[in-house]
Amino acid sequence: MASNLSTAETTGIASTPPTPKNRTKRHKGPYPYWFYLVPGLIYGVFFVVPTFSSFYYSFTRWDLFTSTWIGLDNYQQFFAEQALVIGLRNTLIYAVMTSGLKVVLGMALAVLLTSKIIARGYLRSVVFFPVLVSVIGVGLTFTVLMNPEKGLINNALGAVGVAGPGWLTNPHLAIYSVALVDVWKGVGLATVIYIAGLVSIPHDYYEAARVDGASSWDMFRHITLPLAKPATASVITLSLIGGLRSFDLIWSMTKGGPGFASDVIASVIYKQYQAGFFGLSTAGSVVLFVLVTVIVVPLTWWLNRGETT
Amino acid sequence: MRVGSLAALLVGAAALTGCSAGSLGGSGASGGKAITFLSPNDDAAVASAKALIAAFEKANKGVTVKLEQRPGGSDGDNLIKTRLSTGDMDNVFVYNNGSLLSALKPATNLTPLDDQPWADHIDKLFADSSTVDGKLYGGPVGTAFGGGVLYNIPIYKKLHLQIPKTWDQFMQNSAAIKKAGIVPVEQTYGETWTSQLFVLGDYHNVQAQVPDFAKQYTAGKAKYANTPAAEAGFQHMQEVKDAGYFNKDFASATLNDGVKAVATGEAAQYPQLGGSAAGIDTVAPGKSKDVGFFALPGEDAASNGMTVWPGTSALYIPKSTEGDKLSLAKKFIAFAATQKGCDAYIKGTPPQGPFLSTACKLPADVSQVAKDTQAYFKSGKATPALEFLSPIKGPALEQITVQVGTGQVSAQEGAALYDEDVKKQAQQLGLPGWS
Repeated sequence: MASNLSTAETTGIASTPPTPKNRTKRHKGPYPYWFYLVPGLIYGVFFVVPTFSSFYYSFTRWDLFTSTWIGLDNYQQFFAEQALVIGLRNTLIYAVMTSGLKVVLGMALAVLLTSKIIARGYLRSVVFFPVLVSVIGVGLTFTVLMNPEKGLINNALGAVGVAGPGWLTNPHLAIYSVALVDVWKGVGLATVIYIAGLVSIPHDYYEAARVDGASSWDMFRHITLPLAKPATASVITLSLIGGLRSFDLIWSMTKGGPGFASDVIASVIYKQYQAGFFGLSTAGSVVLFVLVTVIVVPLTWWLNRGETT
Repeated sequence: MRVGSLAALLVGAAALTGCSAGSLGGSGASGGKAITFLSPNDDAAVASAKALIAAFEKANKGVTVKLEQRPGGSDGDNLIKTRLSTGDMDNVFVYNNGSLLSALKPATNLTPLDDQPWADHIDKLFADSSTVDGKLYGGPVGTAFGGGVLYNIPIYKKLHLQIPKTWDQFMQNSAAIKKAGIVPVEQTYGETWTSQLFVLGDYHNVQAQVPDFAKQYTAGKAKYANTPAAEAGFQHMQEVKDAGYFNKDFASATLNDGVKAVATGEAAQYPQLGGSAAGIDTVAPGKSKDVGFFALPGEDAASNGMTVWPGTSALYIPKSTEGDKLSLAKKFIAFAATQKGCDAYIKGTPPQGPFLSTACKLPADVSQVAKDTQAYFKSGKATPALEFLSPIKGPALEQITVQVGTGQVSAQEGAALYDEDVKKQAQQLGLPGWS
């Protein structure tokens, strides 16, 4: 395979002499079209075909070897499901909450970590560290820490006379607890994106503002915030997509429980797949796909609309 | 979308392993004198499988059985179904009987074993639940166990309590236990499956009142929500919860916590599978004599009896095992049904009920739970759980019972939710009367 590729490359270059005239005449890119063949094939086989076949299979009741066409029944059943109503609500709560907190905290941390403070490099590593840890590991660790009777968190709260809640066992609280852990784990990435955004703001603006007598808050409000907008757009988009599709952390911490109280769409889909309801879970996946698209595409467009002008 | 591509990958991967493992098997390095045996990978199952293999190899010189392991639960289900469908299964494997067996499509995938010498020395309930369309597919391995209430014997003695024969007596006992400052009923939702016992373990009482429930239920006519006897399991759970009888940490405790609590007398009663008592010596050493077992009581003392699991699993031979390997595989299963095989098996898994092969006898020093369970079997007061009588069991029952136990929904709502869950399972299986 590898040798095939390299011969393909050499012959490719040989067959299209890189004269400017020739290139502009045939196409605008630096590579010949058939260079896209192999990646296109891989993309087609592993992405396009499964995507479109899942649209088909969502209208059937199938197992690994047979399928029966049942029209919209799967969708009807999926939307009639109690777990789904909870799951849909939780998915939105989770996505909005995690992405909102990541924007606010990420920005705050980035401002802190780009200012002149002691041990800045070390603190940057500390903030980024949770991003490197495995999600499942984080989930299991926090499940132990959040145990209502034996966990470190409630023991610490108990030591100062506060009766800690059942972080993961209280049905009204579970999804928020998981979301907080998600923020703890993911805020490092948001911070790094913001740091990159902040250091690219020219210093001249701040100097000019200082000469004009602007306070720190004014500078943040009128210089940092608007000029960090591309970074904000990236953080919101990434964390919102991540939040809408989130599954691994929730599964490792609560498995959607207690009952269905912290189910999100992805965990509902997973449970249906696990139960062998392949058609139903495929329909669920299509619903999730549409939901993510409907929310994220307009949002991305809106966030980036000023960027090219 | 993600699931769709996952499934496609799975099929692809299965096809790949199908080729490679098939060609490996075909080379037949050790001739017909070697077979492979696929066992679940939990500690007890592996220990039992190893002991059984060692005893078999000792009794048959020159024969080797290679142990393979698989995960339990839904992952194991998928693995077995995929390997059976691709003709890539081990020569002998362990899998559930009852409702899950029919999902393996035994007629196309498994070798019938009716003609085997042990076939008329097996427990009748086990035979029924290992038979599909009149053909017996499963060989007996290990012991049966019950679903009921593990109770702390010293507490019952101290408070002069009788084993309850009706639900009212159970609630009276619980009230007395609570008065004495002890947790009456242990619940452990840290492991959600443990929450199902109030419903699953109540089936003996359902059938006592509605004898054809399993048949009507499979046909889609009887529902949990419209059959008071069936809904009673959900109701009982809510009653115990509303009375404040649960342990304080019920929402996060695990199975081990629960077994330990009932063994040490922290809690008096723990609705559970009898098989779970096998763990007592690990979590509370020396306390296994303190724990007894009784059936979940229903309305009527006269029909009191236990819901039982006639083996969670049986031994099967796939159609892909042929020739010398087939006869050796049959020999292996026959050996597991003898006293020697039974004795070897319980070295790994302490028995909590009678053997499934009636040719085997329990040793004298078995646990109190095993003795109590056997008494129900001997007196004929035992009914297999619904999952052995009907191919449909809703996969979300454990979440629904947690909802009832934590007060998120009422018993009645829980029963109705479970009926919806069951409907999906029945439709996926393509049963008549459910479209």
